[in-house]
Amino acid sequence: MTVALDPPRAGFRPGMLIYDTRYRSITIQVIFMILVVVFGYWLFENVKSNLRAAGKDFSFGFLWTRSGYDINQMLVQYSSDSTHGRALLVGMLNTLFLAFMACILATVIGLIAGVLRLSKNVLVARLMEIYVETFRNVPVVLWIVLVNAIMAVSMPEPKEFRGEAPTASMLFFDSVAVTNRGIYVPEPLFSRSLGNTDAGIFLISNDLLAIIAVVVASIWGYRRLHRNATTVQNATGVRPATRWKGLAIVVLPLAALLAATGFHLGYPELKGFNFVGGVHARNSLVAMWLALSIYSATYIAESVRAGILAISRGQTEAALALGLHPGLATRLVVLPQALRVVVPPLISQYLSITKNTSLALAVGYMDLRSTLGGITMNQTGRELECMLMLMGIYLSISLIISALMNVYNTSIKLKER
Amino acid sequence: MAETSYVRSAMLAPQKPPASETGAVHWVRANLLSSWGNIALTILSVYVIYVIVATIGPWFYRSVWTAGSLEECRQIIAETWGEGKRGACFAVIAERWQQILFGFYPKELYWRPTLTLVLMLVALGPILFSWVPKQILWFSITFPAVAFWLLWGGSVWLPVMILVGFASGFAAFRVISNVNGLAGALSAALVPVLWWVFLCNPAAELVQSVLPIGLVELGSDQFGGFLLSTVIGVSGITFSLPLGILLALGRQSDLLIVKSFCVAFIEGFRGVPLITLLFVASLLLNYFLPPGTTFDVILRVIIMVTIFSAAYMAEVIRGGLAALPRGQYEAADALGLDYWKAQRLIIMPQALKVSIPGIVGNFIGLFKDTTLVSFISLSDPMQLVSAIRANQEWNGIYWELFIFVGLLFFIFCFSMSRYSMYLENKLKTDHH
Repeated sequence: MTVALDPPRAGFRPGMLIYDTRYRSITIQVIFMILVVVFGYWLFENVKSNLRAAGKDFSFGFLWTRSGYDINQMLVQYSSDSTHGRALLVGMLNTLFLAFMACILATVIGLIAGVLRLSKNVLVARLMEIYVETFRNVPVVLWIVLVNAIMAVSMPEPKEFRGEAPTASMLFFDSVAVTNRGIYVPEPLFSRSLGNTDAGIFLISNDLLAIIAVVVASIWGYRRLHRNATTVQNATGVRPATRWKGLAIVVLPLAALLAATGFHLGYPELKGFNFVGGVHARNSLVAMWLALSIYSATYIAESVRAGILAISRGQTEAALALGLHPGLATRLVVLPQALRVVVPPLISQYLSITKNTSLALAVGYMDLRSTLGGITMNQTGRELECMLMLMGIYLSISLIISALMNVYNTSIKLKER
Repeated sequence: MAETSYVRSAMLAPQKPPASETGAVHWVRANLLSSWGNIALTILSVYVIYVIVATIGPWFYRSVWTAGSLEECRQIIAETWGEGKRGACFAVIAERWQQILFGFYPKELYWRPTLTLVLMLVALGPILFSWVPKQILWFSITFPAVAFWLLWGGSVWLPVMILVGFASGFAAFRVISNVNGLAGALSAALVPVLWWVFLCNPAAELVQSVLPIGLVELGSDQFGGFLLSTVIGVSGITFSLPLGILLALGRQSDLLIVKSFCVAFIEGFRGVPLITLLFVASLLLNYFLPPGTTFDVILRVIIMVTIFSAAYMAEVIRGGLAALPRGQYEAADALGLDYWKAQRLIIMPQALKVSIPGIVGNFIGLFKDTTLVSFISLSDPMQLVSAIRANQEWNGIYWELFIFVGLLFFIFCFSMSRYSMYLENKLKTDHH
């Protein structure tokens, strides 16, 4: 009988660090670590000596000093007497606002184009294909500058709206004015406004808060109504009518609130050489918004198309065979599966829209890069601090969005075995 | 016996389908007019096509190709076609196309970038298409040095000596790895680096003094237009793929430190807009380098674009790696292949094949992103366009210029995406 003996335990030899797979990975990592640390230290020392040579220090104190420049679009109060930190906030809000608007428009256009590209109607499908291929294969900067140029050169001047026989006219029952200085749209006004709440760094309109509260409450009431109806239906077999009640719950409170606060629209009017009143969307904002949306929509269209193609026809047929009517089949069977394919690329498209807002420099939109990474940086001469903060903020936004995406991906992952 | 009244003895000839089921009429009915919604869509798209054609057609038809300024253009159009008619003024392209293509490259030297482009197509041949003789690959390997010399000029011996560095590394590997594999790998890395740092320049100068061959030297500030975009784009594409593969492998690796470094690198560079990286390249790089060092701005941009694109590439390739069944890795292990051999022979060919659309999509994105260098005042096509528009003669012109620039980008990007579809089809090995 043979007995398997343990192999003789050899002592540790330095050669094993390289030739023995058990130790080799450790060796590689240690060497790698040393290289990275040495490189990092070298960069750090360089920065230190360069800063010393330039007579600069490394501090973020400039954020609390007076900025001294104006920003032409702001969502919170700001003046040239505000601090650089405040300018940063305004820029960041402008960036997020633009990104939000562009994401919505891009999704709408992308959905339509993606669905129509699969249409059996050859004309529509071809048109959409041409749209997608044209816009995807040309740099977005070109679209941005082009839209800006169209706005600035081809749109009528405000004075052309004036006179007995104006050469330009306002759209939508004299409510929207498209001029070469931007687009003027009606603004919501409240004649019996509830005032503002001071939320520390910015003011929030109480009217807006009230509207949000009422809408949330209405939705809650609406869902409760439907839950009750379902309970009654389960118990008695007869579903009580909910349509008018539901409509009343949604519409009446909001209408009452708007009437109480004296809600009305403030229309833009031509006074002197320019339009007054209404919300003024500058050319830069319009150009960024339209160009980014139309460009990114092509990518969204492609992922929507891929999502629809990924659902095999058998799924729809199986749902119909189960007796679901087409609407329910789409909602319960097709859509959840299609969304699993569509949503991840959609969110990464949102991410890239957010990053592409930094191209605002091309048309002078005052976003984060133009405030913190532009005027503030040039005024204070603190390139290092400003660029680090700028990259840090963009990085945080990206990481937050991708974290949300990961949460979503985990929640819709196929539950297998 | 049953009485048979009638039995047909000859087969009837098949009848043609009714006219409504064939031909153009059927096609139109089935595709364009199948339902009310479809009819509405058809009418809408016909209208859209009509508007586009009716606007662009006459505009193109009335185009003017020789004029000195926009004013003159408009005057010619008004004289020929009547007052108030609009027409294209392609005279601006006729006057400035060389500038948009070559930037401020000296006119008499235009043959150099043109020749480089032709050589690039030759060098790409064996990489892109399998029917091109494989011997040309040797030329493809030396092409970067050739292109560098042709574009920037100077002594021919510097690029030659840089190539000698690669050759020396290869030779060292061949000789020493026979004795000891590890020492061979180390020397393959060390010998060329030592050569480039200490011997490359003196050797080039020495040979140049004995045998002076060279072209007129040009600075990077003379690069511009599509030449600049192509230089940055093609170098970025060439370097980002290998770097991306390494990063993807690092992210998939079992080595914890290497893995976390790669994750931080990839996520860090993916999380910031390219434009901030370009600003770092143009403003901050001096802070991170030893005092007094400067290097070429185009080189800096290429490095940043490469790193940025490599981070995206790594994610695409990681997707390809993740799509491979576990059995492929196990089979490679079972064959006794070591890590690099397994990657090279089994994993990567399959993973790269799966990720072709993503990789090419990245290339296209990178090429389009080269337009961002206009923000750090390099004269790429977009910058030149704004310079022309700011010019007194051409103030107010935009469609013509943007169509020209857009068309050039479109041709480049569209052919890349078509090539990727061709490649996908060619490499398809499954049977459904």
